Amino acid sequence: MNLPWILLFLPLVVAAVCQLVLRKSALVPWVSTASALTTLVISCMLLGRTGSAAFDWATLGDFHLRIGIQLDRLSTGMMVVVTGVGALVHVFSLAYMQDDDAKARYFTGLAFFMFSMTGIVLASDFIMTFIFWELVGFSSYLLIGHWYQKESAADAAKKAFLCNRVGDFGFMIGILMLWGITGTLTFSDMEVPTEVSIGTLSAAVLCIFCGAVGKSAQVPLHVWLPDAMEGPTPVSALIHAATMVAAGVYMLFRVQMSLGFHHFHDLQASSVIAWTGGITALVAALMATQQDDIKRVLAYSTLSQLGYMIMAVGLVAGEAGMFHLFTHAWFKALLFLGAGAVIHACHHEQDIWNMGGLLKKMPLTTTTFAAGCLALVAFPGTSGFFSKELILDAAHAAGSPLFWVAAFVAVLTPFYMTRLFVVAFLGKHRSVSAGHAREVGPLMWLPLALLAILSIFSGYAFISHASPALPEHAGEFHFNMVAAVSLGALGLGVLAGWLLYTGKDKDPVCIPLLRNRFYIDAFYDQRLVRYCQDASAAIVHFFDELLINGLLVGGLSRTAASSGNLLRKLQSGSLQAYAFAFGFGVILVIYFTVFL
Amino acid sequence: MLALLVFLPLAAFLAILLGVPARLTAVGVSAFNLVLGVSAAGTWHCSCWSFSLPVLEKPALHLAFGFPDGMSVIMVLLTVIVTLAAVLSGTAPAGREKLYFGSSLLISGGALGAFAATDLFFFYAFHELALIPTFLMIGMLGRGDRRAAAWKITIYLGLGSIVLLAGLVWLANLTGTYDMGKMVLVRTHTIDPAAQKGIAALLLVGFGTLVSLFPFHSWAAPAYASAPAPVAMLHAGVLKKFGLYGLLRLAIPLVPHGLQAWLTPLLILLLGNVLWVGFVTISQKRLDGMLGNSSVMHMGYIFLAIAALIAFPANPLAQPAAIVLMFAHGVSIALLFGLADRIERSTGTLDLSDMGGLAKSAPKLAFLFGIAAMAAIGLPGLANFAGEILVFLAAFWSYNGQAGLGPVQIACIFSLWGVVISAVYMLRAYRNIFQGRSVKTTESAADLTLSEQIPQGPSVKTTESAADLTLAEQIPALLLVLALVAVGLYPNLLLNLLK
Repeated sequence: MNLPWILLFLPLVVAAVCQLVLRKSALVPWVSTASALTTLVISCMLLGRTGSAAFDWATLGDFHLRIGIQLDRLSTGMMVVVTGVGALVHVFSLAYMQDDDAKARYFTGLAFFMFSMTGIVLASDFIMTFIFWELVGFSSYLLIGHWYQKESAADAAKKAFLCNRVGDFGFMIGILMLWGITGTLTFSDMEVPTEVSIGTLSAAVLCIFCGAVGKSAQVPLHVWLPDAMEGPTPVSALIHAATMVAAGVYMLFRVQMSLGFHHFHDLQASSVIAWTGGITALVAALMATQQDDIKRVLAYSTLSQLGYMIMAVGLVAGEAGMFHLFTHAWFKALLFLGAGAVIHACHHEQDIWNMGGLLKKMPLTTTTFAAGCLALVAFPGTSGFFSKELILDAAHAAGSPLFWVAAFVAVLTPFYMTRLFVVAFLGKHRSVSAGHAREVGPLMWLPLALLAILSIFSGYAFISHASPALPEHAGEFHFNMVAAVSLGALGLGVLAGWLLYTGKDKDPVCIPLLRNRFYIDAFYDQRLVRYCQDASAAIVHFFDELLINGLLVGGLSRTAASSGNLLRKLQSGSLQAYAFAFGFGVILVIYFTVFL
Repeated sequence: MLALLVFLPLAAFLAILLGVPARLTAVGVSAFNLVLGVSAAGTWHCSCWSFSLPVLEKPALHLAFGFPDGMSVIMVLLTVIVTLAAVLSGTAPAGREKLYFGSSLLISGGALGAFAATDLFFFYAFHELALIPTFLMIGMLGRGDRRAAAWKITIYLGLGSIVLLAGLVWLANLTGTYDMGKMVLVRTHTIDPAAQKGIAALLLVGFGTLVSLFPFHSWAAPAYASAPAPVAMLHAGVLKKFGLYGLLRLAIPLVPHGLQAWLTPLLILLLGNVLWVGFVTISQKRLDGMLGNSSVMHMGYIFLAIAALIAFPANPLAQPAAIVLMFAHGVSIALLFGLADRIERSTGTLDLSDMGGLAKSAPKLAFLFGIAAMAAIGLPGLANFAGEILVFLAAFWSYNGQAGLGPVQIACIFSLWGVVISAVYMLRAYRNIFQGRSVKTTESAADLTLSEQIPQGPSVKTTESAADLTLAEQIPALLLVLALVAVGLYPNLLLNLLK
């Protein structure tokens, strides 16, 4: 059982050494990358192993809080995703962050993130999940705010942390309630007693779901994820596409598995979860169609795909959701790293309308990016096709109207990805920086190529057996109504995108509602934060001053001040004298009252 | 041995008055006390720590110190850690070193005496002794509207102490002894319910005022904003915990039924601390006001643990939770006040809107302040999280999913929103001070440095002694950070003392 502990604590030790010892040394990137590669090797070695181990973190009489490791298919599979994407992102960052002044801080942050994420995945105990849940939020805060001197980056980091905190408010309540219901915090011991009403269980599950809403950026807490694109692009690939944002899905699935799936079929909370996912998938896909920033298009697409996964979990088809998490991790990391390569080559140009013609300048990057697009739009034969098909199947089998929502999202996804690809990579270059773009070096295209292979083939059994969970019939294809709908959706989306955007120099469509993201961000900033939070804070402050400070205390101190005036006539009246007199006076008072 | 721990700072105070070099003595004594305190934590079961000297025959009164349980050990540990950090990080105004360092030692000695005393009279008297220099330092060396702040805290805590005194005297009369150990043995059945209720009210209001329980809190923020750094560190970090310590030491074992009668009002008041004062904290425009209010706000969580203990006396989590959080809060707020003072010395302001981008010129300061802020927010890995999570678990200890949520659980759910509130104001402050574009005040600010670099910039007044000063600047902060990280990573370090 030593290997899993090394897997967990190696990145922490590396982060600590980098921060405390190496600090500004040029070694930090290499040490951090070596650690990520080592954890990948360990994760692969652990595949298929089961077992658990724990030590007491806090002991209070008979009550123990444990830090423990649980190895099973779910956790080992997820570790392969985390360390696989993590290692490739580390390698990519070696080149991407080469010229950054603070790359030591960046790689320390990455190592710390790897530690936190590993903790969530391996956790055998709910409190441990929560501990690492908070820590990933913190490392995400650090990395989004990497360029902290930029106002927008500093704001985005803060926003991400606060949105997650709002979700964690519910999450903590849920953990406490579930602790009360099951009497344990350890996943493997959890059982729902029959006396507990279904309403109580539903409430607890909903509270826990709040945590996933924050971390996996579901409506209405989705606003932080697009802003998180202020961080360096490899960070977006690792944290805000492949791993951390998927932690919500992972955690929900873990809870379902521990409590028993049968409890969730008739639970009110399940349909709330499914609908939240469905709505997020739809709303985010709509917003993605009108974004001009290449990273933001991908960010909204991530939201939308996370919506699919959450929907699957809500439909108690979590295996399909976890399988989609597995394939999505590879192709979305690929798309983000590809976008990073493009941004790097175009001198930090992120507007797709200032790109164009990159196919000729960067053929390798473009090819791999195209592979990612194919997987994302669920082109038959690619990994994304198999996993998305299973989610659509589940929605169809549940007989829920969510199937049609999901099908409509399946039209929108190819539409906005075609738009992105056509505008950014085809046609002629539309800016000087895009004209000067060069193919990136091997440290960058090698991870892209590996991810491209995984994006295409990870749906097939020889890779998908590493998936954290796998539904029956994964990787098989039967032509039925669901398949017809999804193929039709794909064709429709690609065709519309192609016809609308080929050869255009600016966006022919302008829908202000979608461009402004349904005005949700504006509503939060200007109404909720300014009017609700800040205004109520100011009002409370005012009453605090007026009532408690002004009347209550003011009255007292005026009385005292006037007696102080009296004293002044007798004595010096200064505070000094008063304080001493007071202190000794009190002691004398006790003495006299008690002893004489 | 405990008597040495308590009287050493007091003797040093006298020596400083007589002309011994003030800073050196203060630092030396505090460092020695730290060693003594840490070794006490390792060997507190040994009777060699106890000390007793008869003062009066009738009624029997002893100048007695001892460790009745691990709680006293942890409070003593907190005191010696914060004291060393406070005397190391303070910079006395020219010519006032005697007052500055002497008072700091006096506060420390008083706090140690109060936490180590096993006799009711000295328990109370040592706390009063520590309050006097607190008032004086604010009134004489404070910033801003120092007179008003000093008056307010003096009157407020004075009244609180008198209410407390009434409660203690009543208690002593009923139990017929001043020995706190014997008092607890007398136990509850001899105290009739009506008297219990009355004593409980007096103790809650008296101790509560000292801990800034809502609505008796409004002395705290202005006093801390005005106080010189070591006083803010020592009072907010250590001395304020006296009230909580007193409730746990006396009120809980002696008047449990009386406290139960006040459970609902207490829950409402602690929500006042967390939510009402939380909102007040959000609206603060200056760092010192924000920190002062935040320390009031976080008291709500410790009261929640106490409320959980009142509601279910068999709760095994509540008392350790309260103690861990007391320790954690004491260390983290001391760190925050110490670093805030340093920020003011390098930028010349504490107004949040006047700052920005300080992390660029002072990365070490930014790093350490970041850790302190994250501790206050309750980030896992730092001590405050360990305390808070135990408090929440303690509040839900009696919940089993079959009955509905009880009042303590409902209060816990409401106070969980405070976790969001503290993130709002702490991150906003960090964002305004350290991130974003540099502004004039922060551009030339000097960072905390080790001795090889001499800080530059107009606002650092003691450039000639900068090397000496800056070495000392990092050490106290690192000492406090070490305490936060050690307990945060492995809370059993403290919890094992409570077994």
